[in-house]
Amino acid sequence: MRGSVFRHWSPGLLRTQAFRIVLIYVFVFAVSATVLVGFTYWNTERSLDAQTDQIIEAEVTGLREQYQRLGLIALSDAINGRVAQHGSGLYLLVSPTGSVLAGNLTELPSSAKVTGRFVEFDYQRNQQGQDVTRTARGQAFFLAGGFVLLVARDVSERHLTRQLFTTTLPWSVGLMLLFGLVGGALLSRNMLTRLDAINRTSADIIAGDFSRRVPVTNAHDEFDALAENLNRMLERIERLMKGMRNVADSVAHDLRTPLNRLRNRLEEAQRRLGPQDPYMGDLEAAIAETDRLIATFNDLLLIAEADAGSARGSKARIELTTVVEDVTELYAPLAEEKNISLAAEPAGVVTIEGNRSLISQALANLVDNAIKYTPAGGQVGIVVAETPLGVDLTVADTGPGIPEEERERVLERFVRLESSRNSPGTGLGLSLVAAVARMHDARLSLGDNKPGLKATISFPRLPQRKNRSELREPPARP
Amino acid sequence: MRILVVEDDLEAQRYLVNGLKEAGHVVDDAADGDTGLALALSRPYDVAIIDRMLPKMDGLNVVAEMREHGNNMPILFLSALSEVDDRVKGLKAGGDDYLTKPYAFVELLARIDALMRRRSPSAVKTKLSVGDLELDLLTRTATRAGQAIDLQPREFRLLEYLMRHAGQVVTRTMLLESVWEYHFDPQTNVIDVHISRLRAKIDKGFDVLLLQTIRGAGYMIRAR
Repeated sequence: MRGSVFRHWSPGLLRTQAFRIVLIYVFVFAVSATVLVGFTYWNTERSLDAQTDQIIEAEVTGLREQYQRLGLIALSDAINGRVAQHGSGLYLLVSPTGSVLAGNLTELPSSAKVTGRFVEFDYQRNQQGQDVTRTARGQAFFLAGGFVLLVARDVSERHLTRQLFTTTLPWSVGLMLLFGLVGGALLSRNMLTRLDAINRTSADIIAGDFSRRVPVTNAHDEFDALAENLNRMLERIERLMKGMRNVADSVAHDLRTPLNRLRNRLEEAQRRLGPQDPYMGDLEAAIAETDRLIATFNDLLLIAEADAGSARGSKARIELTTVVEDVTELYAPLAEEKNISLAAEPAGVVTIEGNRSLISQALANLVDNAIKYTPAGGQVGIVVAETPLGVDLTVADTGPGIPEEERERVLERFVRLESSRNSPGTGLGLSLVAAVARMHDARLSLGDNKPGLKATISFPRLPQRKNRSELREPPARP
Repeated sequence: MRILVVEDDLEAQRYLVNGLKEAGHVVDDAADGDTGLALALSRPYDVAIIDRMLPKMDGLNVVAEMREHGNNMPILFLSALSEVDDRVKGLKAGGDDYLTKPYAFVELLARIDALMRRRSPSAVKTKLSVGDLELDLLTRTATRAGQAIDLQPREFRLLEYLMRHAGQVVTRTMLLESVWEYHFDPQTNVIDVHISRLRAKIDKGFDVLLLQTIRGAGYMIRAR
């Protein structure tokens, strides 16, 4: 399991659906959180500004009244009094000529020269012997007689907050994204582990091990529900497969037993009659016919078995080249006798996953057919070639071939061409080859050898050993 | 020779027993696994013919049980089952040979002959000889009356198998299984062609023909 933990931190992680979903969610969440926080901040600032403005307006109203009722001196006294309170209030009274009459600001800031509007401006303040630039918000008013009164509040604290906010917000968003990604990766890895278990089980089942089940954890989550459903389905498939196998076995048994008795009785009669009996020939013909019946039955059964699934014949890694050499060697004398050149094109070591016996039988069928239909002086060639998709095993002859419109049809089960009806064999040769091919996830195709037939079994690429072992581990069972 | 037949299909059993008796063997029969196992464990047989599917105790289990008891009697399985791997299962369980029903009686006879012969192996031979035909298993050379015969590797194996079973009928299927390791019958009888080639190499020009065709059965090599 240790290995697989690391395996899950692979680029493959980024391609998982879970990670993509998490990515989208993190993004949407980050955007909405930013907007929400931004809006809240903006709204708070606005209402704080409004509060400040109200206070300033109230103050101005008070000061204006003072001025109207008691005159300029009283106003400057009132201003100086307020300044002395050391609040956050800022005041400035300027004469029409521009000289400062009262207040704690040294000059009228240029932005505040326009009256009737709240503005923010910077000003200098002496703090612990140092001049510091601070920010204020306020409004300038014209008083009767051309005097200008500026009332403002220091809003530096709020400015600092805003600065802090604008610098921290990107960081927060970044951190949020980071946590989201890490969380997403963890979540995806978890999902991937669970899905991997399901995929591994499926791969084993495809490979023929119907006894495998998807592991169920104690989490009782939706994955467990899926696993349980899959397991129920597998249970059913296994039952069906077993049923089918039982049917095949029963059919085999129930037909072979009477066929066996039939053949036994014929042989017994043959033994009793003695070689000179006039019925001997009939008996021999009957036995030969029985044997043909048995051969056809065996072929049909094998086709049905091959189609029933790869679980039947066990597969192993086999050297296709050796299989080809052996079959070529088996048929070489027959070809020579018919004056046909039979040659296997030399190929390097080509390994496929398969059942040696069945592939040999399929190849023997193809070669047998090729020799059967190729006239004397012709050629039969066997080629093993590696293609981008896998391995092609081709048997090509210089016989009459099969008309293009008939090629698809002869690969169907039990079809025999009109022209071959009277030749020996069960006529199931090609059907059997096709079934063996299907059993190996391979494909049998017929082509034109110009002239002649070119039959090709295309095997899929061998799964890499590494992947294979990855698929196999861990061997945990439910 | 004493032969045990364990077969639940009574018709097939009768036929088997009669045929074997006609061939000169002493035959005991059983119709289920339990009786078969009891007989096999209590009496010495030269060979046992056991059906795979038996009532009471499956044929595979009978054989497994026999082997567990240290009984190494040669065993021929008879099976009416279909599975491709069935043969492998039978041989794994401890069977020595395997024949699918329906079978030709000559095939069965040839196989039990071979099995009984196998039971008494003489010391490891390095040379086989039939008449004036000699096969040196170490140097992989063959000579007839002192003349060297040029054989292909497969021809050598074919001749070796025939000579190891000298005086016995060897069927085409047995040759395919032992020399080529194929468990299917090719559509065309390719074995005949191989035999006639081999015959041309070892018998051509000699008065005594060693390699004979036994009609309806197979081949036999013998010095007469």
